[in-house]
Amino acid sequence: MKHTTEEELIAYREGMSVMRAEIAEHLKGCEKCRAELERIEAVLAALDTLPVPDPGDDYGRRVWQQIAPHLPEKPVRWWQSWFEPKRLMALGAVAALVIAAFLIGRHTGSGSPDVTATKEQVRERILVVAVGEHLGRSEMMLVELSNAEPNSPTQKKVNIAAEQRRAEDLLDENRLYRQTALEQGDTALASVLDDLERVLLDVAHGPDQVTPAQLEKIRQKIEARGILFKVRVVSKELQERQKATQPAPAQDNSIKLERNKA
Amino acid sequence: MVRMQPSVDTQVIADSDAVAVERTLAGERDAYRILVERHSQNVFRLAYRMAGNQHDAEEIVQEAFLRAYQKLGQFAARANFGTWVYRIAANYAIDRMRQKKKEDARRVEPLSTEDNTENDPVNKMPDAAPTPERLTQSLELRKHMEVALAALSESERTAFVMRHWEGCGIEEIAAVLKSSSGAAKNTVFRAVQKLRQALQPFVGRTTQARTIGTEL
Repeated sequence: MKHTTEEELIAYREGMSVMRAEIAEHLKGCEKCRAELERIEAVLAALDTLPVPDPGDDYGRRVWQQIAPHLPEKPVRWWQSWFEPKRLMALGAVAALVIAAFLIGRHTGSGSPDVTATKEQVRERILVVAVGEHLGRSEMMLVELSNAEPNSPTQKKVNIAAEQRRAEDLLDENRLYRQTALEQGDTALASVLDDLERVLLDVAHGPDQVTPAQLEKIRQKIEARGILFKVRVVSKELQERQKATQPAPAQDNSIKLERNKA
Repeated sequence: MVRMQPSVDTQVIADSDAVAVERTLAGERDAYRILVERHSQNVFRLAYRMAGNQHDAEEIVQEAFLRAYQKLGQFAARANFGTWVYRIAANYAIDRMRQKKKEDARRVEPLSTEDNTENDPVNKMPDAAPTPERLTQSLELRKHMEVALAALSESERTAFVMRHWEGCGIEEIAAVLKSSSGAAKNTVFRAVQKLRQALQPFVGRTTQARTIGTEL
């Protein structure tokens, strides 16, 4: 057998090699490969010395205490999750988009490349309008969250339950728009929606009553991610794109229809 | 290194987990507590190794159990709850690391390798240094290891943590990385290769220093 490669030695060391017996046999008689394996093992052994802190015996209990207030009474069965109001709403919105795109497609006819291009433009415009509105609602929720204050000076906690419910509703829509943007190759939009999704996740899964310090932390997170700025920039850009792809009157009616549906 | 090996105990826990899952789905919310208390430590260990700090690790653990509860209806009772929540935690940790890297890239200048190695006075010390210096050197090695791990891509770090430290099977790693088994294997290989390139100079020195120190 020839000398073993680094890849073979790593696979051997990590128990992923299909040539285990052959390599073991070779190592018995080859000082050079043995030394190479020892060098790999020295690095891995050093890494094994990195400590993992012990969170304590009561860690599981503490995790439970932290998550229990946020758990719904009963988890839904897989088929029930399709009938959740927010999922139905999001599915409805997407279905409306698809139907609108289909109807517009029929209006514009089919066949020539020009017509295909127009259909694509219309579909894009529908996405642009829908995402623009979604970003507007998200921005409003984030601004309200950033400005939230206790109802009275004596209250120690701020109630953000309303913002939290809105964040939950926005989350499902956001996922669908992000996936659509990715499918359409609009990575810049998908990236902003991805950032927004993380903020929405944080808000939706956080406590509904927060102390001013916790609220400040949320504000700082929103600020650090620059999410409001990004949302505004993309909203502006979408408005520009909307103007640039101004459709013919027949399409305009459909867009309005779509807006009403949404 | 911890290896997850199936045993009689594991089977008993898996059976008992399946009962707890069914009870939770039937509306007994407290049954979920059993699952949280039983698996939190394992998920924390994975989360800490992936995130590299306690604060993020704790958030990953909480989020993993919240998501697992929300998706519990989709959990096939025949599957192992421990493995399933583990996978949810790994996926969330990947997303989180990706996000954090983006944020860090915007805020902090990358560390210069030169500053950390050749110009570091600790690394210029002779190998037969007295004990306090050797201690410093070992702390320095730890810092280098943390930097080397942080420099891996999210997929590489996940693959390495799951394979080397958690003893997960290649199929399981491939499922988390959403890749083929071959690609998962390659990711483990790339991770070890990068760690080796980054750490070998320091590991050799520290090991040698330790040997000389023992002889003294």
